[in-house]
Amino acid sequence: MAQATAHGEHEPTTTGLNHRKVLMWAFLGSDCMFFGSLIATYLVYKNRSIAGPLPEDVFSIPVTTVSTFVLLMSSMSMVLAYAALTRNSMKAFRIWLASTALLGATFIAFQVYEFRTFVNFEHVVNCSDVGVVELTPVKQELAKKCGTEDEHDGKVEEVVGLTPRTNLFGSTFYTLTGFHGAHVTLGIVWLLSLFFLSFKRGMVTPERNLDLDLAALYWHFVDVVWIVIFTVVYLFGVFPGF
Amino acid sequence: MTTLAFPIPRPTHPTGIWNWITTIDHKKIGILYGVTAFILFLSGGIEALLMRIQLAGPNQDIVSAEVFNQLFTMHGTTMIFLAIMPLSAAFFNFVIPLQIGARDVAFPRLNAFSFWTFLAGAIILKISWFTGGATNAGWFGYAPLTSVQQNPGTGIDFWLVSLQVLGIASLAASFNFLVTIINMRAPGMSFMRLPLFTWMTFITNILIVLAFPVITVALIELYFDRSFGMNFFNTARGGDPVLWQHLFWVFGHPEVYILILPAMGIVSEILPTFSKKPLFGYPAIVLAGAIIAFMGWMVWSHHMFTVGLGPIPITVFTITTMAIAVPTGIKVFNWMGTMWGGQMDFRTPMLYAVGFVAMFTIGGISGVMHSSASSDAQQQDTYFIVAHIHYVLFGGAIFAIFGGIYYWFPKITGRMYNEVLGKLNFWLVFAGFNIAFFPQHFLGLDGMPRRIYTYDAGMGWNLWNGVSTLGAIVMAVGVLVMIHNLARSWRKGELAGNDPWDARTLEWSIPSPPPEYNFAEIPTVYDRDDWWARKRREVRRAVPVAGGSGYDEGHGIHLPQPSYWPIIVSIGILIGGFGLVYPVGYYAISIVGVLIGMIGVYSWSFEPVNDPEDAEQAAH
Repeated sequence: MAQATAHGEHEPTTTGLNHRKVLMWAFLGSDCMFFGSLIATYLVYKNRSIAGPLPEDVFSIPVTTVSTFVLLMSSMSMVLAYAALTRNSMKAFRIWLASTALLGATFIAFQVYEFRTFVNFEHVVNCSDVGVVELTPVKQELAKKCGTEDEHDGKVEEVVGLTPRTNLFGSTFYTLTGFHGAHVTLGIVWLLSLFFLSFKRGMVTPERNLDLDLAALYWHFVDVVWIVIFTVVYLFGVFPGF
Repeated sequence: MTTLAFPIPRPTHPTGIWNWITTIDHKKIGILYGVTAFILFLSGGIEALLMRIQLAGPNQDIVSAEVFNQLFTMHGTTMIFLAIMPLSAAFFNFVIPLQIGARDVAFPRLNAFSFWTFLAGAIILKISWFTGGATNAGWFGYAPLTSVQQNPGTGIDFWLVSLQVLGIASLAASFNFLVTIINMRAPGMSFMRLPLFTWMTFITNILIVLAFPVITVALIELYFDRSFGMNFFNTARGGDPVLWQHLFWVFGHPEVYILILPAMGIVSEILPTFSKKPLFGYPAIVLAGAIIAFMGWMVWSHHMFTVGLGPIPITVFTITTMAIAVPTGIKVFNWMGTMWGGQMDFRTPMLYAVGFVAMFTIGGISGVMHSSASSDAQQQDTYFIVAHIHYVLFGGAIFAIFGGIYYWFPKITGRMYNEVLGKLNFWLVFAGFNIAFFPQHFLGLDGMPRRIYTYDAGMGWNLWNGVSTLGAIVMAVGVLVMIHNLARSWRKGELAGNDPWDARTLEWSIPSPPPEYNFAEIPTVYDRDDWWARKRREVRRAVPVAGGSGYDEGHGIHLPQPSYWPIIVSIGILIGGFGLVYPVGYYAISIVGVLIGMIGVYSWSFEPVNDPEDAEQAAH
């Protein structure tokens, strides 16, 4: 096991924990501060955008709930992959590992779809709502067109996209969720590397499972971060009272 | 045993320059860090001298206002990120594994990567002098002075990309040292037996791991503002420049302790050795260090008293800032207790350590003065602040680092420095330092603002500015004496032997310079100051604690092999960093950098091992 010795897997250590595992926990602590700072920036600038679409204009809670569910399921399949490796069932291990990567990729696809939708967002104002319902600034601007030739079927429709340049919400939202997406993407690359590595004999085995263990720690951490983002950014952004 | 077929063999016994490029020996990396950081320290010193010459008299025009802005910004950034931090890292590298009884750090290749990435960051910062102007917005780069409208040149971009790269280097090194100290202590080396320098390194690295992500985010936001027109600090779109100040100082204040805690650790090694007494109040000093690190997160807004935060935050941050003086005071009194009644031997390291205690206390007292917000309103942005920061960072951190250089010089090189020249160096630096910086207190209280490139003759500032410049020149002469002394002694000094100071910690129990494997036999530790105790007692009363690394039992000594890949990844980061500096149209360069980095990382992961012992084991 020359490789194993080189990676320090079998060296007794002071705490009994593997070096790389301790490093992973230190890294995750550091990453907490990274996302903490991004989330803090988002919260500081919440409700301080001067113009442009706001969270309640663009967010679709049902769509993001589905993508959140997909990401949570990927954590479950990650656990199953690890369990399968532990009982030396390589076939199940590879299936669950590939599923994890696939579910992660699905989440990224949702995010790409969401970003594209936001950038080209078509706002709709029911002219009958004007003066009845409280409208967001973008919709108030559109509502001025009610009664002109722009009104069709009692509605005004117009594309007012949300880009990172549009307002503070755009800058903070895309930066926070973008870096989360980058973390997920890196995780997918890592999982796929392990998947292909597992076909080389002796590289991923029940005894030699540290690489998978570390990838799983990282993957679960990135999931937990998303739960915070989904709550703080999406749910708090749309539902009044937060 | 299966390994991936790998096209490039691992370097085995490179010589000459390749030896240094591919080395993953913590001692050689420590020397690389030390020499590089010392050269960068000199470059920061030259920047300071140019400023002092410009300010020596009123209405001088030796450098222009614009160049002066670049000088003070580069001086601050250089001294903090390219001099004090890496000089501390040099000691981490050389000393920590020796003090805890380990053969290397936990991740030797990551260690080499940290050094080369640090060098890449230094190159990116320093090259901006030659690419149309360096950064000029002050070392804390307040928004909106850094916005692309106010500051269209590339100086700011070089600065922020360089800080990002240096952040990667610092984080990688800190993860490494945290794991090393947690996981590679010799049997019996419990936490409360760790030498104080190791303790302070441990605490410092926790701070780095938690503080650097914050500046990373702030710099990312600034970069996005400048390059992609986002709105984080753009007041026209509702952005708030004060957010930058908060993010910067949430990082920046722990950073102050990142600079000073290793220095406190070095002093806590030197004082007991040259007083021939154990460190007075060891648990109190350890605990005070931990409290400083914890409370360091609660005081950041004292840098922002004049921003207009309102009475409640100002009161809270005044109280926390005054409170953090308490653990610092505990340390100062314990150092004095260590010296009290000791057989003091005033060799050069001891002079620097005592100088540290005195100068750092003066800096600490002026710090307590501006912890009071009403007093700070008078001192904000004056030379009083300049005097304060130099008393804690030069009289504090650099004095301790110079003392550490003299203290460990015999261990690093195997030879003694010249004591007469060492003392001459200390007295020149000590006198020059006080002549240069003490009058700046007066200038500050007289109302001289910091960061002005010249002043009128009638302001009453002529005398002390002239004196200050004189002091700076005396200091520079002192540093030249030091360079001469060390360079000469490295080749021609007397042989030092294993333990020239009759010292206390494990690094002095092995030959000077230490062999590649450090310890022929991993020591078992029975005492705090184990080496001191071992020299004096035959009968051992203490029992080793459980655990500990005994990984040499039943094996020969096998060391990790040199590697090409750390420097390759760092070169990828260097090229990628340059691509990011020029926003439009140069991203192709970044992609090249990323590709080189990825090739490096994958090759690193699958690098073959050609240790004969491992090959033998593999054959079984």
